[in-house]
Amino acid sequence: MDIQRESMEYDVVIVGAGPAGLSTSIKLKQINPDLNICILEKGSEVGAHILSGNVFETRALDELIPDWKEKNAPIKTKVKKEKFLFLGKTSFLSWPTWLLPGVQKNHKNYIISLANFCRWLASQAEELGVEIFPGFAASKIIYDEKDNIIGVQTGDMGINKEGNKKDNFEPGLNVMAKVTVLSEGCRGHLGKEVISKFKLDNNNSPQQYGIGFKEIWEIPKEQHDEGLVMHTAGWPLDNSTYGGSFCYHAEKNQVFIGYVIGLDYQNPYLSPYDEFQKFKTHPAISKILNNGKRISYGARALIEGGFQSLPTMHMPGALLIGCDAGTLNMPKIKGSHTAMKSGIIAAEVINEYIVNKLPLSEYENKFKNSWVYTELYKARNVKPSFQWSLIPAIIFTGIDQILFRGYLPFTLKHPHSDHESLIPAHKAKKIEYPKYDGKLTFDKTSSVYLTGTNHEADQPVHLKLKDPELPIKYTLNEYDEPAQRYCPAGVYEVDKTDQNSPKFVINAQNCIHCKTCDIKEPSQNITWVVPEGAGGPNYANM
Amino acid sequence: MKILVTVKRVIDYNVQVRVKGDGSGVEKENVKMSMNPPDENAVEEALRIKEAGKADEIIILSIGEEKCQETIRTALAMGADRGILVKASDEVEPLAISKIVSKIVESEQPGLILMGKQAIDDDSNQTAQMTSALLEWPQATFASKIEIDGNSAKVTREIDEGLERIKVNLPFIASCDLRLNEPRYASLPNIMKAKKKPIDIKSAEDLGVDVSPRIENIKISEPPTRQKGVMVSDVAELVQKLKYEAKVI
Repeated sequence: MDIQRESMEYDVVIVGAGPAGLSTSIKLKQINPDLNICILEKGSEVGAHILSGNVFETRALDELIPDWKEKNAPIKTKVKKEKFLFLGKTSFLSWPTWLLPGVQKNHKNYIISLANFCRWLASQAEELGVEIFPGFAASKIIYDEKDNIIGVQTGDMGINKEGNKKDNFEPGLNVMAKVTVLSEGCRGHLGKEVISKFKLDNNNSPQQYGIGFKEIWEIPKEQHDEGLVMHTAGWPLDNSTYGGSFCYHAEKNQVFIGYVIGLDYQNPYLSPYDEFQKFKTHPAISKILNNGKRISYGARALIEGGFQSLPTMHMPGALLIGCDAGTLNMPKIKGSHTAMKSGIIAAEVINEYIVNKLPLSEYENKFKNSWVYTELYKARNVKPSFQWSLIPAIIFTGIDQILFRGYLPFTLKHPHSDHESLIPAHKAKKIEYPKYDGKLTFDKTSSVYLTGTNHEADQPVHLKLKDPELPIKYTLNEYDEPAQRYCPAGVYEVDKTDQNSPKFVINAQNCIHCKTCDIKEPSQNITWVVPEGAGGPNYANM
Repeated sequence: MKILVTVKRVIDYNVQVRVKGDGSGVEKENVKMSMNPPDENAVEEALRIKEAGKADEIIILSIGEEKCQETIRTALAMGADRGILVKASDEVEPLAISKIVSKIVESEQPGLILMGKQAIDDDSNQTAQMTSALLEWPQATFASKIEIDGNSAKVTREIDEGLERIKVNLPFIASCDLRLNEPRYASLPNIMKAKKKPIDIKSAEDLGVDVSPRIENIKISEPPTRQKGVMVSDVAELVQKLKYEAKVI
């Protein structure tokens, strides 16, 4: 299709209105109000695609907007109590908090909704003159003839399933900028492209990911304890699977309950969604949720690789920041403050680049001299130690984090990529999950319903198969097609109505943009690309 | 000719609406809001009439809280010319809306009013009809096709029995059905341009309209959840269940 495109010019274009991108825009306007900055956001509004626990450390925000309290930031619920439980099947062991590594102590932090915080950050950015365009996805990177990044193209709107223009076709346009900032969050599709194109991850351990689930529950007052932060490890996961839960008692009798599972799990029969549902039936958890009401559901992949997996974050004409690069601190279970700081540093470097022609590669030095780097460095050995299974990992982590405070004189490597970790189905143990009771546990359909997910139905499928035959020809036999289970939204199904020729079905309109399939598919056969702008979940208070 | 289009800011159709714990209303805090879908059809139709050279200005009217400006901006980004916001509490009843629209008609003198057939939040489906009565203008409700020809228009209406074609004289008021057209996307450059288009802000008091509610809300609650269906193995079991469990035969 030959399409005439309009162009718009900015000093800086930022892809993704999350904590990293928004912080970049705010800092840039603070140091140089004359810059023209725009942010493209694929969600229908800022916050619609944001999902996070979230226990928030204010360090980066204190630097960026010191008077955030006066400016009425939605950061109200201070953490006042902490618990850490090891769960057995019906029992639990409460781990004394004084025995937790310092990074897991939260007494100065707040329980927040990151989506609402981003909405507030966006209002701060707009007051400074940043132009934010929700509902517009950056679909392609624009390179010049020397492979410098010179902007991004927004997605075409109004293309039908077959790829032809509909009556309401609206061509995407070229947003040209002196600097492009990629802040799409974990496994951004443009971030993935530049990491591979510019070989930004050459000297690293492969990136590691997890899938995180979150539900918001309204619970009876007597079961609620505002400010309580609880984490668990153990049941229902076995000792060789990395993961755990969070349960945060927020304001208005709400709890944010969730589960994170490392995507390096081995058993293709494991269903992260069902592990989470099952987890809620543990007596220590069900007593919190009983007679409560689930009001939200969502899931999103997150970064777990940390220091060893962090790619080079600069390239010609662009910076890669936040979890699009991978700045989350896994042992701390936090990434918002590090994402924000990576954005603040980006702003300082970009301004020097535009005004004083200093190279973007300055980012590397500035980042290395910042507290984010130190934080990630000290945390680096925790996650890889879990390849030795739970108990040795806990003992090691105690030595590493409490005795040596993260300064052991070696760095453990991540052994392989997450898509390489599955064992063939015939060698794996089948897992039977309990039926959903409709009170504590729910099926995927009713869960996806709560996400408010919508995609224009008549558009090309945005989950691309490199080889359309592979799911049935190979993955089904070898791994019992794990996409049916790792997808938290029921996008992938194997239709066995005709026993002799099963079909692989992609319900793309259900997709909640978590990116797990793009990460975990064992042959890397699924590529997630952006659908038409404004498609995807409509998270309210996640 | 001027066209006046009314738009309402409602909870987005993708959002699962949730009743507040105390039954005083539905949760709107941090919930995605957008333009009432049939109102988008009304805006689109106005644009098409203007593009066909049959109108020269499109005015967007919204009534409600300050944030309704965003909804007006959406319509301006689609291509409308200017906006009017009449500030009032967010729960104005159809009769008061109709009175406000009538007042705006007095000052703006449009030749055509386009509205969505109903709002997806309260499903009232009254404003177009009441406004027509107050103005003593012809009404063409549930329009799925509007053909303007000189001083009259042929309008196709979606009715229970099928389609009804009527002829109305201008000025008239039409309420638009979703089948009327496919609304366009607002492009980035047009969103930028829309930021500079004027929005005139008035209040209901300025217009002398009493918007105090005439309906008292006693309680809002969710509909009871439907029981799950059960599979029966044969007719006998079905009859058995209908007779002794459901007790309907």
